[in-house]
Amino acid sequence: MAILEVNDIHKRFGAAEVLKGISFSLEKGSSLAIIGSSGSGKTTLLRCLNFLEKPDRGRITVQDEVLFDAGDPGTQAEPEIRKKRLNFGLVFQAFHLFPQYTVLKNITLARELLEKERQKTQGTSAPQKEIDADAAALLAQMGLVGKEKAYPHQLSGGQQQRVAIARALALKPKILCFDEPTSALDPELTGEVLQVVRSLANKKTTMVIVTHEMAFARDVADHILFMDEGLIVEEGPPEQVFGNPREERTRQFLARYSSEP
Amino acid sequence: MSNAQTIVSRLVDSFQLNVQLFFLTLLFSLPLGLVIALCAMSRFKPLAIVTKTFVWMIRGTPLMLQVIIIFFAPGLLNFGAPWGSGASARFTAATIAFIINYACYFSEIFRGGIQGVPIGQTEAGQVLGMTRAQIFFKVTLLQVIKRILPAMSNEVITLIKDTSLARIISIKEIIMMAQEYTAQGLIWPLFSTGLFFLVFVGLLTIIFARLEKRLDYFRV
Repeated sequence: MAILEVNDIHKRFGAAEVLKGISFSLEKGSSLAIIGSSGSGKTTLLRCLNFLEKPDRGRITVQDEVLFDAGDPGTQAEPEIRKKRLNFGLVFQAFHLFPQYTVLKNITLARELLEKERQKTQGTSAPQKEIDADAAALLAQMGLVGKEKAYPHQLSGGQQQRVAIARALALKPKILCFDEPTSALDPELTGEVLQVVRSLANKKTTMVIVTHEMAFARDVADHILFMDEGLIVEEGPPEQVFGNPREERTRQFLARYSSEP
Repeated sequence: MSNAQTIVSRLVDSFQLNVQLFFLTLLFSLPLGLVIALCAMSRFKPLAIVTKTFVWMIRGTPLMLQVIIIFFAPGLLNFGAPWGSGASARFTAATIAFIINYACYFSEIFRGGIQGVPIGQTEAGQVLGMTRAQIFFKVTLLQVIKRILPAMSNEVITLIKDTSLARIISIKEIIMMAQEYTAQGLIWPLFSTGLFFLVFVGLLTIIFARLEKRLDYFRV
């Protein structure tokens, strides 16, 4: 059964219609890679999923709960949206770690705030020990043991992005989204980040990955979505989309990418 | 000799008025400046426009004139004597004028500082389920403070020197006091007032340098 269902998402910025009706669904434990040229609407779609943009039309459903329906204002109240965001995690292209906090605090901060809130509303919360232990386990998983007390500016880009992944995972999102996670990195640092994403895929983390790394998408994703000018042009398993694309536009896009060094 | 001692001690006393005005202005204009900055950035356009117009008027006219207006206007407009009477009334009026004026300058520094924090910081907080208040206080604020410290130190240094403007409504701050001796043919008291400001600004410089150093552990 699908964990995520996206129906007919439209988004317009002024005169430009960036998303022209996007629908897809995602199975629990699978990973979806969204490819396409710059300006095709990939990032906007991801931002809609994380409620950083409000779609003009369409519906977003997670595990049969309608999180967003453009036709139902009841699904768009601000305090509700904050809770709904927690279904998703988002890893940004430019990391956006909090510079004044240590690596450990970057990972635990949001969880601490949520637990404090839970203590107030439900009278129960996870102890700080558990929060720290979970964060330490995530750091180990990301290959960042020993970096707990470092500040973001002391880390390489690849390390920062791995901290950002740990920060997103700390809230145990149902679906983890990546917005071009390696595009801001020097080429020699992309490998370590891709390796981490690959290990998450192996652990059956449900993921939506917007990426320009075609080889990686082909290798890791269970399903590929090719977007162009705000529409899904082609989708299918990687072998099909990369090996035997049906659409001319897909072929042109892939040819352009494989010809680049 | 004992005459010189008297003069110095009277200069010290009068400088206390400058220092009092300085601290009272800081105490109230910093939070007021933050409120003004938030109003100027409000998504409710009328509030933003009214606020920006007010800031323009305050920054666009001399502080000396504002001190005069705040002190004399209530009486001239038949509002009675809201500041009370005598020396304390003059000091109250000057303090209020200074607070409003400096709050407007601070608000622009705050606004620049807040808007200078990358939007990605806010978005990162949002996707982590933080509230707007949590994002402001836990994520943005310290980055803002770090960014605005150099500009704030400039403004605060200007403030202590500006306190001498209070003399325009006969507040006997240090320069006005020293000028009484100039009238008696004694010039050194007036020159020596510069030392008071120099020492005070020296202390401020050290404090700001320390603050900047304390925030040196991270980069924005």
